[in-house]
Amino acid sequence: MVTFITGTLLLLGSGIPGLFCNRQSPLGERLAAVLSVAGSLLGAGAVVAALLIPGNPAIHLPWPIPGGAFALTIDGISACFLFPVYLVTVTGSIYTLGYWPQRNNPGSGTRLRIFYGGMAGSLTLVLTASNGILFLACWEIMALVGFFLITIEDHVLEVRRAGFIYLACTHAGTLALFALFVILGQFSGSFDFPAAESLSAVAGPATAIFLLALFGFGLKAGLMPFHIWLPGAHAAAPSQVSALLSGVMIKTGIYGIIRVTGFFSVPPAWWGWTILTIGAISGVMGVAFAIAQHDIKRLLAYHSVENIGIIALGLGTALLGKSFDQPLLTSLGLAGALLHVINHGLFKSLLFLGAGSIIHATGTREIDHYGGLLRRQPLTGLFFLGGAVAICGLPPLNGFVSEWFIYLGLFKSLGHDAPALRLSVFAAPVLALIGGLALACFVKVFGAAFLGTPRTPAAVGAHEAPASMLLPMAVLLACCFVIGLLPSAFIPLLDRALAAWATGAKALPPLSAAVAPVAAISWAALALAVLIGILALWLHRQKTPQTPRRPTWGCGYAFPATRMQYTASSFAEMLVGLLRWGLRPDRHGGRVEAPLAKPANFASHTPDTVLDRGVLPACRVSILVCTWVRARVQNGSTGCYLLYVMLALGALLTLATLLRG
Amino acid sequence: MHGINNLLLLMVILLNFFTLGSSRLGACIRAVALQGAVISILPITLHGINGHSVILATGAFVLKGIFIPWLLFRAIREVRIRREVEPLIGFIPTLIIGALTTSAAFIFADNLPLIEAHHGSLFIPTALATLFTGFLLLITRRKAITQVLGYLMFENGIFVLAVLLSEAMPLMVEAGVLLDLLVAIFIMGIVINQINHEFSTLNTERLSALKE
Repeated sequence: MVTFITGTLLLLGSGIPGLFCNRQSPLGERLAAVLSVAGSLLGAGAVVAALLIPGNPAIHLPWPIPGGAFALTIDGISACFLFPVYLVTVTGSIYTLGYWPQRNNPGSGTRLRIFYGGMAGSLTLVLTASNGILFLACWEIMALVGFFLITIEDHVLEVRRAGFIYLACTHAGTLALFALFVILGQFSGSFDFPAAESLSAVAGPATAIFLLALFGFGLKAGLMPFHIWLPGAHAAAPSQVSALLSGVMIKTGIYGIIRVTGFFSVPPAWWGWTILTIGAISGVMGVAFAIAQHDIKRLLAYHSVENIGIIALGLGTALLGKSFDQPLLTSLGLAGALLHVINHGLFKSLLFLGAGSIIHATGTREIDHYGGLLRRQPLTGLFFLGGAVAICGLPPLNGFVSEWFIYLGLFKSLGHDAPALRLSVFAAPVLALIGGLALACFVKVFGAAFLGTPRTPAAVGAHEAPASMLLPMAVLLACCFVIGLLPSAFIPLLDRALAAWATGAKALPPLSAAVAPVAAISWAALALAVLIGILALWLHRQKTPQTPRRPTWGCGYAFPATRMQYTASSFAEMLVGLLRWGLRPDRHGGRVEAPLAKPANFASHTPDTVLDRGVLPACRVSILVCTWVRARVQNGSTGCYLLYVMLALGALLTLATLLRG
Repeated sequence: MHGINNLLLLMVILLNFFTLGSSRLGACIRAVALQGAVISILPITLHGINGHSVILATGAFVLKGIFIPWLLFRAIREVRIRREVEPLIGFIPTLIIGALTTSAAFIFADNLPLIEAHHGSLFIPTALATLFTGFLLLITRRKAITQVLGYLMFENGIFVLAVLLSEAMPLMVEAGVLLDLLVAIFIMGIVINQINHEFSTLNTERLSALKE
C-alpha cells in the first residue's frame, strides 16, 4: 500500500519540478516524464503485488472531516481500471516529449504537465477510494484538473466553449453524486463504502441511489443522452490528453456504476434493462454520429460513446444475470465489460495518439484535408490501422475478445425459462450492428486519411513522427496484440474482479475454459495472425513493378485531380442518409439546377442532436424565463422584499402547523 | 403574576392594532414607545425581581420607552415632515389583515413544538402577532420613519419571545441585541436625513429609482 501511495504522489507531483526549470530548457519535461514513468511503475507494481496475495490491501486513516476517512482499498475491480491508467499515463507522458515539446510551448507546456500528472494521480485515488467523502474529494479534483487539461489552448474560442460545457456537465454530475453518497451513507450507516452485496435493493432509497448513480456517473462516462460534453472536450484537448480522458477518465463513470450496483444483493430487473437499453442507444447512436463527423478527434470521441455503450451492454447483461439468478450470465457480462474497459483504454489511446501524430504532421483535424499519408507516415499508419482493427472488434486483436464475452453472455440468456430474460438476446444483433458500423467508419477514416493522394499541401508536406511519439504507440499496439492473442493471461484478474463484485452465497463461477473458451480464441487468433502474415508476404512477393503508378480513384480519366477522390463525407453519405432520423445533418448547397451548371458549393455537417438541438436551446429559453422572473421578483421595492420574508415566515409556520395537526 | 402578564400582553396586542389604525405619526411613535415600556416590565413580572431581570428591564425601558422615541420625535422635528402616515393600503384593510394575522398567530402558537411550560400562555401568540404587525407596517407604509417604527415593533415581538428565554440566555447576549437595535435606529436616522436631503421627501418608493 505504501508503494501504491508513493506512486500516486510521484504522479501528482510529476509536473512540479518543471516550475523551477528554465522556460526554454527541456529539463523540466524530461524530469516530468521520468517521474510519471517511475510513479506508474511503482503503482502498477503495487497493484500486481496486491493481486498476487489473497485478500485486498487496504488503508484506513482518520480524517478530521465529519464522516470522512482516508480509506483506500485495491480489489479486483479497481485493478481492472488501474492498469490502463498506468499504461496510458506512461505512454502519454513519453508522447508529450515529441508532441508538445517545452521549447515550442514554453507557457502551456508546464501547465499541461502539472495537470497531466494531477489527472493521473487523482484517477488512481478515485479508483481506490473506499470512503464516500474521500471519493467525492478525489472525484472533484479529477474533474477540475480535467477542465484545465481541456482548456490548455484557452486562446481558442471553441476550446473555451468546450471547457465550459464540460465544467457545467461535470458539476451537474457531481451534484447528483453528493446526493447519492449522502443517501448511501444514511442507508448503510457510514460514509465508508459498504461491503459488496450487503444492501437490500428492495428498500426505499435503492431506486434513488441507482438513478442518481446512472445520472452522475453516466454524465462522466458519456452514456448517450448525457454525452454532450464529450465530443467537444476530446476534440479541444491535446491528443495525449484526449487519450487519457477518453481512454481512462470516462471509465471512472463506469467504475462508479459497477461499484454502486455491486453494493446491492439482488438488483431489480429493471436496472439491468435500463442499462442494457441505454448501452444499446449509446452504442448505435455513438457510432452513427462518428460516421457523420469530419473532424478526426470528434469522430474518435463519438467512438468513445459507442464503446461505453458496449461496456454498458455487458454490465446490463451482468445485472440481468444477477436479478434472474444466472451466474453464468453475470460472469460473462461483467468480464466482457471489464475487459472492454481495459481494451478500450488501450486502443482508444492508441488511436488518439495516432491522430495526434497526423495532426502534428499536417496541422489540421479535418479528415478531408489528409490523403496519401501512408506513404509519408508508414509507421503511424500501421499503428493507426492496428488500433482501428482493434476498435472494430476484429480478431486477432483485443476488441474481439471482450465483445466475444458479451456475445456469449447474451446467448447464454436463451437457456433460461423466464421469457423476459430471453428478450435480452436482442442485444446481440445490436452489438453486431455497432461492430459493422464501426468497421465502416474506420474504413472511411483510414481510406480518406492514409490512402489515395494528398488532398492539400499540408498533407503533401507531412512527415513521420519522432521516435518519442512512435514508441508509445508501438507499446500500446503490442499490448493490444497480447490481450488478443493471450486472453487467458487476464482470466485470473477478471476472476478476482468478479469475486469482488459478487461475494456471498451466490459466488460466481470462475471464467474457466468451460465458460469462456479462451484457449480456442488464442489458437484461432494466432492462426489468423499467421495467415494474414503469410498472405501479406505472398502479396508482397507477387507485386510486379511493371504496373504504372496512377493516382487513386483516377477512374480512367486522363488528367485526374486530387479533388476528384472520394472524400470522407461522400463515403459516409449513404449511411448518414440512412440514419438521418437521428443524426439530422445540416446540408448547404449542392443543388445543380441547369445542365450547364454554374460553380456551386456543398457543405454538410452534423451537430450533436442532444447538445445543439436539445440542451442549448432549452438553456437559452430558461435564461429568458429566468431573466423575466428575476426582473419581476427583484423589483427594487423594499416593501416587496419584506413581503417575501413575511410570506416565507408564514409558510414555514403553516407548514409546522400542518405537520403537527 | 400570571394575571399581570396576560394583562400586559393584551395591552401589547391592542397597541398593535392602534398603531395599524392610527393616521397620526406622533400617535404612532407614542404607541410604539408605550409598547416598548410595557414589554420592558415583562422580565420582572415573569421572573421576579433579581439582578438579571432588573438590568434587562431597565435597559429595555430606557432604550425602547424613552431614548428611541425621543430620537424619532427629534427626527420629525428636524426634517419637518408632514405628521401624517401615508399608507399604501388603506387603514381599514390593514386593520383587517392585522386581525387575520393575529388570529393566525394564535393558531400557529398552538401547534408549535414548545416545552410544556409555555403551552397555553399568551407569550408566543403575542410575539408572533407583534412580529407580523411589524411586517405589515414595514410593507404598507411609505415614509421612512414609519418603517423605522415597523422595525421597532418587529424587535418588540422578538423581545417578547426572548423574555421567555431570558433565564437561559446570558445577559451579554441581550445587551448585544439591545445595542444592535440602538445602532440600527441611529443608522436609520442618518439614512432618513440623507433621503430627505437627496429626494426632499421621505417616501421610500423613490428609492426604487436607484435600482440597476
